[in-house]
Amino acid sequence: MPPSIARNSIPNARWGDRIFAGLTRAAAIFILMLLGSIIVILAVGGWPAFRAFGPGFLISTNWNPVTEVFGAGVSVYGTLVTSVLALIMAVPVSFGIAFYLTELAPGWLRRPVGTAIELLAAVPSIIYGMWGFFVVVPFMSTHFEPAMIAGFHHVPVMDRLFAGPPFGTGIFTAAFILAVMVIPFIGATMRDVFATVPAVYKESAYGVGCTTWEVVRSVVFPYTKNAVVGGIMLGLGRALGETMAVTFVIGNANRITPSLFNSGNTIASLVALEFGESETGSLKLASLLALGFILFVISFIVLTISRLLLRPKFKE
Amino acid sequence: MSITMSEQTINAPASQARATQNEPRLAIKNLDFYYGANQALKSISLDLPDCKVTGMIGPSGCGKSTLLRVLNRMYDLYPGQRAEGEVLMDGYNILDKGTDINALRARIGMVFQKPTPFPMSIADNIRFGVKLHERLSKADMDQRVEWALTKAALWDEVKDRLNTSAIGLSGGQQQRLCIARTIATRPEVILLDEPTSALDPISTLKVEELIDELKRDFTIAIITHNMQQAARCADQVAFFYLGEMVEVGTATQIFTAPRQKRTQDYVTGRFG
Repeated sequence: MPPSIARNSIPNARWGDRIFAGLTRAAAIFILMLLGSIIVILAVGGWPAFRAFGPGFLISTNWNPVTEVFGAGVSVYGTLVTSVLALIMAVPVSFGIAFYLTELAPGWLRRPVGTAIELLAAVPSIIYGMWGFFVVVPFMSTHFEPAMIAGFHHVPVMDRLFAGPPFGTGIFTAAFILAVMVIPFIGATMRDVFATVPAVYKESAYGVGCTTWEVVRSVVFPYTKNAVVGGIMLGLGRALGETMAVTFVIGNANRITPSLFNSGNTIASLVALEFGESETGSLKLASLLALGFILFVISFIVLTISRLLLRPKFKE
Repeated sequence: MSITMSEQTINAPASQARATQNEPRLAIKNLDFYYGANQALKSISLDLPDCKVTGMIGPSGCGKSTLLRVLNRMYDLYPGQRAEGEVLMDGYNILDKGTDINALRARIGMVFQKPTPFPMSIADNIRFGVKLHERLSKADMDQRVEWALTKAALWDEVKDRLNTSAIGLSGGQQQRLCIARTIATRPEVILLDEPTSALDPISTLKVEELIDELKRDFTIAIITHNMQQAARCADQVAFFYLGEMVEVGTATQIFTAPRQKRTQDYVTGRFG
């Protein structure tokens, strides 16, 4: 590493340069302070809850405002299950969209579909929530869920996952809405990174007789692996924290059941629903802030895991 | 021992081809090529004789690379590019719509200007193309990898690290790996698009020696901007200018007694 040329040159630089450098540095430091202060506020605000309930707060499934007993277990479970389920549904579809748009689609179709994806990514989540409540939930309760429950009735394990009355609301519907919401994010990212693969690499794979699918699997995907996982993590980040759309369709019940068709809640939906009814200084408010802290930590862990997964395999 | 055995089996197609030696491996007849409305090749007719090296020279933008990209239908990947005319291989026009392009590309391999190793191990780079077209036992596959790397004069340098990343090889080694990857699928024709332009002189020499060695088994077309290289490697040389093939002849004839003035100006370095 050469010595920092930029820093040495600042004293000699003209005023404009100095001010600009100072402003950009201030912006960078501001981000660090912002991040730090959010963590501190959440941790301090949630501390009474952690102190009152101990580490058990994390896994306790109680949530009783009357007796003032709170636990994060149900909402943590709901957050993780809906998000993971959403990714399982969204990633293959996003991959298909990106694959088609970069490798197969005729030129005149690429732009309209690409623009449509970007527009979908900009739709406010409340609209997905309403769409979910008025369109998806009735469809789930009258068609999809009865069919799944009947279909897996005699299959071990699966009959537990798809059981119960088909209300339409619940974990599965929430995950479905989340999947629809993150598809544009993941799909657009994948499309952009697929397009960055140099043509000569693709051509040399075509040159040994690869089909389009083999080129994508063996050249495009390894080449863009990091960015693709990055895009998936972006989607996961959005799914973990999504509030309104989930609140509309998840059913908001404080219980964990094996069935994906039953109601549940997520950290974000629980906080959104209960925040207005929490008095300042109450244990309930502290519990909600503690939930926020946990959500923050989960996002942080997701980011860390993705970084670890993406360590280069080969030393160059 | 194992190498000699595999050579017999592996070279079967080339030796069959040698039986009909006077027939060209590829015969290009009245080929026109268009990038959209732009005509890039004008009525090209050229034979690639079996087990000979055809050198293609000419200033940048004269259509040499375009011609190579027609021969393995690489232009198919891009909308708006089209070829008219005939390219005959075993009497079959490979420009026909019904051609199995993946099979064609296995028969007509291509090596690019810049080395393009895939982001995988050295051995996997070789196996990659082979696996697409053949099912081999592990022993046969290992033999094929060794054969291809030996043919490409790379085996001794990499035999102890076949399972390390190909990205770690030097530029010259990477290019020879790409040649090995191409010959591993046992093509009949190898297209080389300025294969040494990114290499140092020693690696260039190795690749040139390799070309000399490979023409015993394969029909080769090579684009080069290096006159000496064309003179050293090629049996016949074709000179291209502005989308036309100005003349074709033996390397000696083109470089010592060109028939056309434009050829003479180019090979003596007066333009281009």
